[in-house]
Amino acid sequence: MTATLHPMPVRPPFWRDLRVIRVVTQLAAVVVVGLVVAWLWNNLTTNLEARGLPMGFEFLDGPAGVNIADNEFRPSQPVRDALFVGIKNTLALVVAGIPLLTVIGIVVGVSRLSANWLVAKSAAVFVELLRNLPPLLIIFFVFNAVILELPGLSESWSPFGLLVINNRRISVLGFTASVGVGWFWVLVLVGLLIAFVVWRWRTRRFDDTGEPHHRVLWAGGVLLVAVVVAYMLTGRPVRISLPALEGRRIEGGYSGLGAYFGVLAALVLYTSSHIAEIVRGSIQAVSQGQVEAADALSLSPFQRLRFVVLPQAFRIAIPPIINQYLNYTKNTSLAIAIGYAEITRIVNQAIGNANPAPQMILILMLIYLVFSLTISAVSNVVNRRLRIVGRT
Amino acid sequence: MIGGPTAVATPETSERPPETKLTPGEWVRKNLFSTPLNSLVSILFGAGLLYLLVGVVGFFITADYQIIRVNLANFVVGRFPRDQLWRPVFATGILSVAVGLTAGGLTIRAEALARETGSTFRRSTPGDWMRRFWPLLLMIAVMLAFTTTVTPTLVSLGVIGSGVVGNYLGRLLPAGARRWGWSIPLLGLAVAYLALSGFGGLDWNQWSGLHLNLFLTVAGIVFAFPLGLALALGRRSTLPTVRAISVTYIEFIRGVPLITLLFMAIFALGFLLPEELRPGNVTRALIAITMFEAAYIAEIVRGGLQGVPSGQVEAAQAVGLTPWKTMRLVVLPQALRHTIPAMVGQFISLFKDTTLVTIVGLTDLLRVSNQANAQPDFLGQGLHFVTLAFVGLIFWVGSYTMSREARRIERRLGVGER
Repeated sequence: MTATLHPMPVRPPFWRDLRVIRVVTQLAAVVVVGLVVAWLWNNLTTNLEARGLPMGFEFLDGPAGVNIADNEFRPSQPVRDALFVGIKNTLALVVAGIPLLTVIGIVVGVSRLSANWLVAKSAAVFVELLRNLPPLLIIFFVFNAVILELPGLSESWSPFGLLVINNRRISVLGFTASVGVGWFWVLVLVGLLIAFVVWRWRTRRFDDTGEPHHRVLWAGGVLLVAVVVAYMLTGRPVRISLPALEGRRIEGGYSGLGAYFGVLAALVLYTSSHIAEIVRGSIQAVSQGQVEAADALSLSPFQRLRFVVLPQAFRIAIPPIINQYLNYTKNTSLAIAIGYAEITRIVNQAIGNANPAPQMILILMLIYLVFSLTISAVSNVVNRRLRIVGRT
Repeated sequence: MIGGPTAVATPETSERPPETKLTPGEWVRKNLFSTPLNSLVSILFGAGLLYLLVGVVGFFITADYQIIRVNLANFVVGRFPRDQLWRPVFATGILSVAVGLTAGGLTIRAEALARETGSTFRRSTPGDWMRRFWPLLLMIAVMLAFTTTVTPTLVSLGVIGSGVVGNYLGRLLPAGARRWGWSIPLLGLAVAYLALSGFGGLDWNQWSGLHLNLFLTVAGIVFAFPLGLALALGRRSTLPTVRAISVTYIEFIRGVPLITLLFMAIFALGFLLPEELRPGNVTRALIAITMFEAAYIAEIVRGGLQGVPSGQVEAAQAVGLTPWKTMRLVVLPQALRHTIPAMVGQFISLFKDTTLVTIVGLTDLLRVSNQANAQPDFLGQGLHFVTLAFVGLIFWVGSYTMSREARRIERRLGVGER
């Protein structure tokens, strides 16, 4: 009886056995991908050999043969060093661009929700105009139609003596350091530590007694005093340096190529329009009930924004904003179009100098992959932190 | 049906707060001068804005547009032989009819759905069409303003007219033809392609100008879609090796800029293929774009697949559908419908990204702008801002119109509603 109720499990024929299908499908996938890769690899070795190009990466130690504007790099230096210069120049765009585009994006995004019609509409036009243009077109516009149309070197334009602007370079106010600057920074660091302790003390006091903490005022004040004292004690080691045109050179200040500022300005404008949309969307995504609850507690509009809306909006906004940082970093590769010597252009030039293209481009991709993975890693850490803070 | 009908469900009018009509004076006081700070901002900001606006408008009014008048055909079709211009014209007409037919078909479909579910459906009036597509009409008007003969105007009217006729015919389509509705745009593209390059036409490796940008965008999405779909399914597969291959591909491609893939295709593809298989440069760019877009489409489709509740799959299994039929009849229709807005977003992003082929030496719209400024007649006259503004207008109108349409679809589908 039991035998008929629980018949012996009959194995299905092998072509319908799920375990067999799984193994066979995976094998097939691996074999197909493997064959394609093997075929490409075979072609690659044959073709490299036919053209007398090296298979390995020894060429990295050979001379690069490229000139890099605004750098003491010599063409006889190895390819490896040229790549480092390229990475440094890419990072120069990233490091300067990210804070700028964040600030502009947040300001414009908040402005779009302004009660002032003029401000809100201008922000909307800014966003809709820039967001819908190709970034490369904005780069060309800023460089070809604005920067190259600036006055030449000898007629450099110098507003208030703070900047020197011409169609080759742009120089901005900078700082020069002299002896004792190391001690100055050490003292500033100590001041920062004290400010942090004061901040904690004020917070604890607020938690215990409920009296206003004014931690920004307290900590900021302490830091300011520390900086001033350090500056005096170490004999004023940091001086302001104003750029000035002297003959055929610009002396003093921080100076950069027009191409650098062109790419920076264009990509910052483009990316900040995306950030602005994210900021606006995030603020609007905070539920209306939260705003009404804040009003019911009779918080002021500022308090409502600072303690209720923004903390929640930021949690929504930060992952897509970090994604925009990633896009910005990848878009810096467009600088090649106007000849700024970032990593993509260096690789392009090196390929032009008889270095093997497949390896060079692989290196280029891996460099961008490292940038991307770094930013993704930061994004993951931030997301985890935000989740802990958030509702469960 | 998950997601409900495509028809717009308008909220009951009584639920809305009564709209108050403000007089112009009240409006100004409320929106510009509500507080002293607001007034100050309005005045200072307004003055700055006015100054900027006057400067920019003055710049463009006094500019010399001869460079665009002379190069108009170069911008639009590049080096397409001038005695064969009937080909792009004919192709555009075909595409216009196909778009009209599809739109008409979708309209009757939405109407039928609305009837079934008892919700209200309002056909778009000509006024609605104007509100939706005014940037497109503006762009056409600007382009026609630079023409010197009457032919382009007649051609434009003809193309728009064929779209309208197509729309009218599309609404007459029998309900049975609905199942094959998706084939109309593909058929239109195939016929347009034949008109351009078949029968002694121009191979796509010779295409240039706006024509090239449009081709790369459409072909890129069309070719990348099947690959992206396969990658998305692969990433959600329970087979570890298939998943690993898909994830590696997607994450690698998404981690590098498009320009590196274009470099790969232009400079290094020759090393990876035997002599006889090496394609022309436009094909190479298209390969890079397809590989790039596939990874992004895969992520969009994955998002759509994740949005299909597992109960749907279980229900399909319960009625005895095979895995293949479960995917084709239950999961994919729901998943893909919800990816439409993101897909349009990807389309826009690719449309803008096709300008990157300028960097690897193809003659797209952006490069034509640079080439025009290198012509002896216009060299060194600082006319970049004129040509770039013209090119920018084309890209802006395309992207802006499509992004508004995407938002409209999003609202209709109720995607992203909380």
